Amino acid sequence: MTPLPAETVPPSRSLAAPAAPISFAWLGVAPFFVFAVLFLVLPTLHLVVGAFQDADGNFTLRNLANLFQPQIVASFWVTIKISMISAVGGAVIGFLLAYAGVMGGLPRWVRPVLMTFSGVAPNFAGIPLAFAFLATLGRTGLVTALLFSVFGFKLYDTGFSITTFWGLILAYLYFQIPLMVLILVPALDGLKKEWREASDILGGNGWHFWRHVAIPILWPSLVGTTLLLFANAFGAVATAYGLTGSGINLVTIMLFAQIRGDVLHDQNLGYAISLGMVVITVLSNLAYIVLRARTRRFQ
Amino acid sequence: MRRARWVSWLIMAICTVYFATPLLCTFEFSLRLKRGEYSFAAYENVFKDSRFQETFLYSTVLSAATIVFGTLLVVPTAYWVQLRLPRLRPVVEFLTLMPLVIPAIILVFGYVRIYNSSSILPMTSASWSTDMLLGCSYITLALPYMYRAIDTGLQSIDVKTLTEAAESLGAKWPSILFGVILPNLRVAIVSSAFLTFATVIGEFTMASLLDRPAFGPYLQLIGASRAYEPSALAVITFLITWGCMGVIQLLGRGRRGSVSASAY
Repeated sequence: MTPLPAETVPPSRSLAAPAAPISFAWLGVAPFFVFAVLFLVLPTLHLVVGAFQDADGNFTLRNLANLFQPQIVASFWVTIKISMISAVGGAVIGFLLAYAGVMGGLPRWVRPVLMTFSGVAPNFAGIPLAFAFLATLGRTGLVTALLFSVFGFKLYDTGFSITTFWGLILAYLYFQIPLMVLILVPALDGLKKEWREASDILGGNGWHFWRHVAIPILWPSLVGTTLLLFANAFGAVATAYGLTGSGINLVTIMLFAQIRGDVLHDQNLGYAISLGMVVITVLSNLAYIVLRARTRRFQ
Repeated sequence: MRRARWVSWLIMAICTVYFATPLLCTFEFSLRLKRGEYSFAAYENVFKDSRFQETFLYSTVLSAATIVFGTLLVVPTAYWVQLRLPRLRPVVEFLTLMPLVIPAIILVFGYVRIYNSSSILPMTSASWSTDMLLGCSYITLALPYMYRAIDTGLQSIDVKTLTEAAESLGAKWPSILFGVILPNLRVAIVSSAFLTFATVIGEFTMASLLDRPAFGPYLQLIGASRAYEPSALAVITFLITWGCMGVIQLLGRGRRGSVSASAY
């Protein structure tokens, strides 16, 4: 899985730069810039430029037009749907969980346990997570078997399968929910006690406080984090590949096959798909950053 | 307030069930290799498998290289940006955040195209240079965490005073960097090292597309061909992840520069 953009670090204390040994400083940062150009900037540029070229290197818009063939549109659409549902689901459940853990009046030991687990769970993604869900809700999984032996309920007769759309979302939630908790708890901590007290003194109840104070302050952070979860699910490959093979036509899975063996028989169409993915992840990350800046003004 | 607490417990209980069930089921499933009894036979099979040993060793060595070279790349950069080149900060930050915005599969697609055997820098033409390329792609994966952990660590020590003190004692910049700054960043470096290890050890996409014999592709292969061993492997990887994050939590307790607090 891909983890996420972070908040911007506050500007460092300004240090008066002595003019003399500046060459060492430039020499010191040079390897980093060489590395970044070779392994971040050039590869991305190569794909973006390739998306606008034909096989002979001439400028063309045909690759982008070719994106609109039904198979590719369908795979973008199913990826967007899965990412969106898992992001919104993860955000809502993560919000409830963060609220319950931080402000829900539970014993003090709950919070550190919740935070520690939320730090670990997003790293338990990819192939092992797929294995865990197969062992749980696969055709021979323990929960599937228990449902049958205890309740006589045949889960797989309902059309459910862990290797399909909803199964994948269920697995994605395993890293989306803790990620939401991890990002949201600091925001909940930022709700000042005085605001609640002020609301109470003015005769407001819990609903009034949330409707008129907390949600208006938190919503940029809620929406922003949801977008982040969306981008996180959108770029994921390993969990889906481990769980469904190529059973679900995700755009990342399609690209995976394309890189391995040019299944589209068109290199430049592969570049155009990459460009489409980059546009989607860049837009959601930009929106996250803008919304995040809005929240900061209150805190 | 009473009602609210009841609701909180309910939310907590439902989520606990959701998060605990897959772990318990995986563990139970991994013990079922022998019919009619629980045994650790699946684990024995895994540990005896020479491909497990080889791929696990390969990924361990590669993640160690990632940690060493990543740190060597990031520490001087963060140090000089903070001390002498604050104007570069936005650019450096933008670059270190790029791997979070551009999906890993896109980056590796670019590598496969740019560094193929007929290019100027044919990194994929020999297995040792492909190993280097995979190491570099793991550094990009780790870059956001490493940079933030080390930058936060640098901000919590007084870089300028330390540097001036060392200079007035006659130290040259290599001994300032390695003798003064690095030791002060122990916690930040060790926690980013463990996070990098947890990320890299089971990484699938990049290793698979660069066709290297790493642990991630091995996991996928076993998943496609065996019944109980995948569960045993999932339990093992989960324990590794948990161990790494546990170390980070212990180190980061009450200190700035812990990865879990600064990475998100």
